[in-house]
Amino acid sequence: MNKSIIITGLLIFVLAVLSPFWFNFITTTEAAPEPELLGKAKDAEKCVLDKYDMRANHMSLLDEWRDSVVRDADRQYKAANGNMFNMSLSTGEKSCLGCHEDKTKFCDKCHTYTSVDPYCWECHTNPKDLAQGD
Amino acid sequence: MMKKSKRSFLKVAGIAAMGLGASSAINFASSDAQVSTHKKKAKNKEALSAHRWGMVIDTNKITHEIVENIVEACHKEHNVPDFNHEVDTKKYPKTRAVNHKQEIKWIWEEHFHYAFPDKEDEFLAERFHDLPFLVVCNHCKNAPCTKACPTQATFKREDGIVIMDYHRCIGCRFCMAACPFGARSFNFRDPRPFIEDTVPQFPTRTKGVVEKCNFCAERLALGKQPHCVEASHGAIVVGDLENPESEIRELLSEHYTIRRKQSLGTEPSVYYIM
Amino acid sequence: MLEIAIKGSKNYWIWIVFLLAVIGAGAIVYIDQFRNGLMITGMSRDVSWGFYIANFTYLVGVAAGGVMVVIPFYLHDYEKFHRITILGEFLAVAALIMCLLFIVVDLGQPTRLLNMFLYPSPKSVLFYDALVLNGYLFLNIIVGWKVLEAERNQVEPVWWTKPLVLISIPFAIGIHTVTAYLYCGMPGRGFWLTAILAPRFLASAFAAGPAVLIILCYIIKKFTKFDPGWEAMQTLSKIVCYAIIANLFFFLCEVFVVYYSNIPGHKAHIQYLLFGYHGYTALVPWMWTSLLLMGTGAILLVIPKFRSNYKLLPYICAMIVFGTWIDKGLGMISGGFVPSPLHHVTEYAPTIPETMITLAVYATGLLVLTILYKLATQVKEEVNG
Repeated sequence: MNKSIIITGLLIFVLAVLSPFWFNFITTTEAAPEPELLGKAKDAEKCVLDKYDMRANHMSLLDEWRDSVVRDADRQYKAANGNMFNMSLSTGEKSCLGCHEDKTKFCDKCHTYTSVDPYCWECHTNPKDLAQGD
Repeated sequence: MMKKSKRSFLKVAGIAAMGLGASSAINFASSDAQVSTHKKKAKNKEALSAHRWGMVIDTNKITHEIVENIVEACHKEHNVPDFNHEVDTKKYPKTRAVNHKQEIKWIWEEHFHYAFPDKEDEFLAERFHDLPFLVVCNHCKNAPCTKACPTQATFKREDGIVIMDYHRCIGCRFCMAACPFGARSFNFRDPRPFIEDTVPQFPTRTKGVVEKCNFCAERLALGKQPHCVEASHGAIVVGDLENPESEIRELLSEHYTIRRKQSLGTEPSVYYIM
Repeated sequence: MLEIAIKGSKNYWIWIVFLLAVIGAGAIVYIDQFRNGLMITGMSRDVSWGFYIANFTYLVGVAAGGVMVVIPFYLHDYEKFHRITILGEFLAVAALIMCLLFIVVDLGQPTRLLNMFLYPSPKSVLFYDALVLNGYLFLNIIVGWKVLEAERNQVEPVWWTKPLVLISIPFAIGIHTVTAYLYCGMPGRGFWLTAILAPRFLASAFAAGPAVLIILCYIIKKFTKFDPGWEAMQTLSKIVCYAIIANLFFFLCEVFVVYYSNIPGHKAHIQYLLFGYHGYTALVPWMWTSLLLMGTGAILLVIPKFRSNYKLLPYICAMIVFGTWIDKGLGMISGGFVPSPLHHVTEYAPTIPETMITLAVYATGLLVLTILYKLATQVKEEVNG
């Protein structure tokens, strides 16, 4: 008697704890989006790091970059393929957005899907947004 | 990929160990993050460099008009909010009333006896009464703000520039209390509604961080002079204080200059030609 | 032992619900501050610390004051304090929790708080302050809890509580010394730049802490069956007496130095507080009230007839508590910022939202205190029958 109550209780507890997962499982049918490569980024074929490395570790790379720029005044980054990049999110041709022109289709696409809300853009600006009169 | 998972393990382990004060674990983990051994990072080729950046302001060449231009250029190019700016209510519908005491400024005009309160002179030379004195972060050699900061969010670069790492600032405002020159401002609110035209070359700030003059570090990196120098019609000169051959040292050896609150021993790097 | 806290009279629950309501109201305001920034406070570019840091400073004192019962009991075997030592330790716990909360609500970017430990900065006094405050908090929690548990089980406390108590004594002095060093190590602020700041902080702490404790003893006596003992309270009142006189004396030293030396950068602040500066007088009535309260309190405590008057003592203690709170809270922080380093005058007054958040922090502290004191008094009732 007691045993069954405890087991039922445990079951309900486990279900409740996992609610975000099964809720999404039932409601979301959308497949994970692919970030869209446009313009220069499409032609370049290779980014600062290898594609999968970049996918998994871009946040650590950016973290490293910002320390480097702000704290050591080093602004140039030599990528694995020998290309030089400007360690900047959005300023100039050689910055992230310099190549990946469309922030919405590149950054936001996955971030929105995974409910990640990086605070980069609280300070950094997207030149495209600014050009459109904000 | 093995390496990456090792790194994330180290990070987690580091965070766990943090309670015991073992922050070195984190540093170790992040040094591991540097993807390979050969040097990947470098300064811009065109960057201007110095052993210790300094500034000379020639009060003989300063006029109200020049001061206005300088302040405007600096604040505009660094996206410093102007709380007198009328907010675009369509874009920022819920913007609340402004408290002007919470203003933000990097460089501004003061009268002599405010800029130099310890040099208050009963019979001050006529000329100095109305003269606008530009005040700005002094990028002190012994900066009290960098000592006060509990996260090293404000620190001294190798070239003597005292700079803010806005990513790291926790907004405790200890640096503001420590600064004897009132050079620092705090973002009491989101500054964006009060920026008329956001300049794309420089980020804005977010609420809750302290900000101040950065000696135009972003300009020096491009081999350009700071905005204030360019707007000053020769009234402001920057250069290397440690280099006896530099223009700035030449100016200092030829003119009588004063610095703000010298007696405090912070060794300001901004000089005023009297 | 915690189960004691969930059994209480109707009044107990009314009090708890009241505190929770104050906390809730403050939490709602805090959410607004969290989303919109510290703009909701009265702080400004010139007065960049306000009510939060002021109350933080005051409560560090209250926490440190707890050591005034620990030292006589543990170092001098003063038996009369046996019954109230735990009250001093638990008061310190509640005060420290408030301190830490005040630091957190004062931060512009509270989510980055751990940067303090990710990037430890041994040159920053704040780093050490965080260490000693947390250290003292844990020492008090562990010692208080273990000793009380032992009392409940009617056994001797486990042996290692004693060395922890001994360590907690320098920690108590340490928390307030380091907190004073936050202020007095800064070159540009003439008001704080004085070697006597740490001793002055300690003096006012050793007055405020025990004074709060005496008031709490009255409350405990009224609402529980536990009697902290009149003799213990009398000894405490003597401690308050010495400490408040020391505090006033240190302030007098300060006043003498700035006025006799007549150095403008140092004088301006005390001038602002006592007489007003360039027509700005917001704090003048407060400061004189504070001096009057502390002075009268000191005189009443010196005279045995008044000090030993059971009815009068809580009022004297209230005077001391309020007087030191103005002195250290309102005056000490604003006084350092007015005039500014450029000798501009920007006055400060807390806003309503700021006050509500402050009250919520106090309510949180009182909640912790209520629960801890309920445990302590109940255990003592059980044991003493």
